[in-house]
Amino acid sequence: MPMLEVQGVNTYYGNIHALKDVSIEVEKGEVVTIIGANGAGKSTMLKTTSGLLKPRTGSIRLEGEDLTRLRPHEIVMKGVVQVPEGRRIFGRLTVRENLEMGAFTSLDSRKNHENIERVFTLFPRLKERSKQVGGTLSGGEQQMLAMGRALMSDPRVLLLDEPSMGLAPILVDGIFDTIRRLHAAGTTILLVEQNARMALQVANRGYVLQSGTIMMSDSADKLADNEMVRKAYLGEG
Amino acid sequence: MNPALTQRFPGIRLGLIGGVSLVLLSLIGMVETFNQREIISDLISMGQTLLLLTAVFIAYLAAKRGREHGRAQVFGASITAGLIMAGMLTLLVLLGQAINMRQVFINASPVLFQILIFQQEELWAGIGLLLLAGALIGFSAALLCLLPHWLRRVITTGLCSVAGVGLLQDLIAPILSDWSLLADFTDLLFPGNGLSISGAVGLFIVVAALSALWSFRGQALQTRIKALPPQSRRGLNFAALLAGALVMLVLPQVLGLFLSEVMTIVGLYILLGLGLNIVVGFAGLLDLGYVAFFAIGSYTVAILTSPELGFFDWNFWQALPLAVLFGVLAGVILGVPVLKMRGDYLAIATLGFGEIIRIMVLSDFLRPWLGGAQGIGKIPKAAIGGFEFATPQEIYYLILAGCALVGFISWRLRDSRLGRAWMAVREDEDVAQAMGIELVATKLLAFATGAGFSALSGAIFATKLGSVYPHSFNVMISINILCVIIVGGMGSMPGVAVGAIALVGLPELLREFAEYRLLVYGAALMAMMLLRPEGLWPEATRQRELHEEEDAVRASKLAEGSAGPRS
Repeated sequence: MPMLEVQGVNTYYGNIHALKDVSIEVEKGEVVTIIGANGAGKSTMLKTTSGLLKPRTGSIRLEGEDLTRLRPHEIVMKGVVQVPEGRRIFGRLTVRENLEMGAFTSLDSRKNHENIERVFTLFPRLKERSKQVGGTLSGGEQQMLAMGRALMSDPRVLLLDEPSMGLAPILVDGIFDTIRRLHAAGTTILLVEQNARMALQVANRGYVLQSGTIMMSDSADKLADNEMVRKAYLGEG
Repeated sequence: MNPALTQRFPGIRLGLIGGVSLVLLSLIGMVETFNQREIISDLISMGQTLLLLTAVFIAYLAAKRGREHGRAQVFGASITAGLIMAGMLTLLVLLGQAINMRQVFINASPVLFQILIFQQEELWAGIGLLLLAGALIGFSAALLCLLPHWLRRVITTGLCSVAGVGLLQDLIAPILSDWSLLADFTDLLFPGNGLSISGAVGLFIVVAALSALWSFRGQALQTRIKALPPQSRRGLNFAALLAGALVMLVLPQVLGLFLSEVMTIVGLYILLGLGLNIVVGFAGLLDLGYVAFFAIGSYTVAILTSPELGFFDWNFWQALPLAVLFGVLAGVILGVPVLKMRGDYLAIATLGFGEIIRIMVLSDFLRPWLGGAQGIGKIPKAAIGGFEFATPQEIYYLILAGCALVGFISWRLRDSRLGRAWMAVREDEDVAQAMGIELVATKLLAFATGAGFSALSGAIFATKLGSVYPHSFNVMISINILCVIIVGGMGSMPGVAVGAIALVGLPELLREFAEYRLLVYGAALMAMMLLRPEGLWPEATRQRELHEEEDAVRASKLAEGSAGPRS
C-alpha cells in the first residue's frame, strides 16, 4: 500500500478547472517530485493534498486511510505536513519559538525537545541563531527554519512547495542537500519544484504536470533523459 | 521650494511645519482656552507651554537633522527653525491687527494676540520678544541636542515633571493639603494659580537629581537584581506585586471623590481594553463592533435587575453570570458567520453588528422589553452582605476586582497553548493552519473570550450608572477602546492600562481638553505611528519586529566601527 495516494482528483478555483483527474502515489521512504511550469497546478496539487483546497471529486489516502474530507488541521495531525511556498516563517518570533510552533499538535514536551535537538543537528546554523528573530534570517536560513518547523511534528509525509524559490544558486544546493539527507533518514517527501534539474537529481520518481493534467510519470533518471522533458523543463536541446 | 535648499537647511522645512502647527493651535482656540491655567504663577501659562513644547520639539528635530552637517549646522538649523516659527506667529499677529479674521476664525481674538506677544502693551516690543523667544528656543534646542544622552534625559525629565505637576495642580494641591503635615508645603508650592517659581525650581532640581541618580546607579541596581538567586528574585517580584496591590487598594481613600470617579472610568476602559486586546492584540482580528457586547452585558443586567421593567427582580450578582454568558453567546453567534472574513471585511462586518445592537435597543418596537430611547433606570447597586457599592470610591473596588480577574485570565491565556495558537493566527493564518491549528475554533474562542470580558464591563457599567441608555453604546466607544490599545501597545496588557490612563484619564482630568478630545486623539495616534509604532508599553515580540531594522543598522555600524581600524 502506498504511503500517500492521490486518486482521480479534480480541483476547481471557482469555475477554473485547475487539476484534471490527477493521480499520484508516493511510497514509504520515497522522494517523489512533481515538475511543471508556472501555473501548471503544482501548488494546487499540494494544497489539495494538505486540505487547504477541497477536491470536487477524487480521494486522498494516507496508508489507505481516507483524508479527503478532513479539515487542514486534522490532516496535519494525521502526519501530512506542508512547508509552504515562500517559506512564510513567523517573522517576529525567534527561531526556537518558530520551531515550537511547529510542534503545536504534539503535547509530549520531551519528544518536542528531542525534535528540536534533531532539527538543530540537521541545521547547525539554526542552533547558532536559535534566539534570533525569524525575520532577520537570510533566505536560505529561513528555508531551513521552515523545513525544520515542519519536521517538528514528526511528519509521515513532508510536502515541500518550491523550496528553492528565490534563493541564490549556492543556497539551492544546500537545500537539495538537506532533502537528500532527509531522504537518507527515511523521510517520505513529495517535492514540488520549478527547478526540474535539481528536483530530478534528488527524487526517486517524478511526475510532469502540465495544465492540470499528469503528462508523464517515470523514474527520475528516465525523466531526466526524456527528450520532451529535456526540451521543455531542463532547457536543453 | 528648491529641494536642495531644504536638504541643506533642514531648519527651513521643519520651521515651516512647526510654524503652521503653532498658527493652527492658536487659531483653533487651544492656546486661549488653555491660558486660564498657569503652570508657573505669573510666568508661564498652559497655553504658552503648549506653544513652547511644540516649538522646542520641532527645533530639536531640526537640530538633530543639522547634526549630519557639523556642529555649526546644529545651531544654524534649530535657530532657523525657531525664528521661522516665531516669524509665522508674528505674521499671524500682524494680520490680526490689520484685518478682522474673526468672521472665519472665531478664536482669532485680541486676547489671543495679547497672549502671543507676552501681554506687552507695545505691539513692537511684544513682537521683538516673540522673535527673541524663537531664537532662544532654537538655541536651547541645539544645546539640548549636543548634550550627552543622560544629561538630556535628566533635563527633559525634570522639565516634563514641572509641566506635569503644574498641569495637574487642581488635583495635586487638594490631596497634599489634606495631609496637615504637608499643608504648609502645599502653600509654598502652589501659592495660587500655578506653581511658585521657587517651587518649580525646587521640583526641577529634585526630579533632575533623582533622574541623574537613576542614570548612574540604575544600571548597577538592575544588574544586581538580575544577579540575585531566582528564589529571592521571585520574592522581590512578589513583594513588588504586593506593594502595588496595596497601593491600588488604598488609592481611592487618598485620592478623594473626583479622582476616584476618574479612576472608575479609566478602570472600565482597562477592562474593555483587556478584552479587546485578546481579539485584536492576541488573535489579530480587527473588531470594530466591540461595544455591542458591552451593551449586551449592560442591558442584561438592566433587564434582570431593574424594577422599572418589572420582569425580574434579581440582584446584581445573580445577573452578572448571565450577562457574561450572553456576551459570550453573542460573540459566538456573531463570530460564526463573520470569522471567515479577513482584515478589512471583518472590521466592516463587526462595525455593522455594533450598530445593529444599538439600533435594536433604541427601537420603539422593542420598547416594552428594552426601554427604547429612554433606556432603563433604577438599576440596583451591587452589594455584598450589607456593603453596597454605591459611591465612586466603592465602585472602584468592584472595577479593580474585575480588572484583576480579567488581567489574570488574559495573562494565563496568553502563555497557554491557546495563546500560542492566537499568536500563530495573528502572524499568518495559512501557516497556522499548516501547523495543525484549527482556525475557526481558535478565532471563535478569541472572539467569545473578548465578548465575555466586554459584557462583564458592561454589567459593572450598568450598576455604576444605575441606568442604561442606547446612546451610551455608540461606535465611538469601540473606536476609543481600539485607540487605547494602539496607543498602549497592541497585545500588551500593561499597555492597555497605560493607554487608558493617557487617552481616557488625562482628558477627564484636564477639562480644557474636552473640546479638543478628538483632535488630541488624532494627533496622539499620528504621533504614535510616527514615533513609537509599537505603543507606549509594547509587547516584547512586537517591539522586536519594529526595531529590528534599527538594531540591524546599529549592529552593522558597530561592525564597521570595529572593522575600521584593522583595515
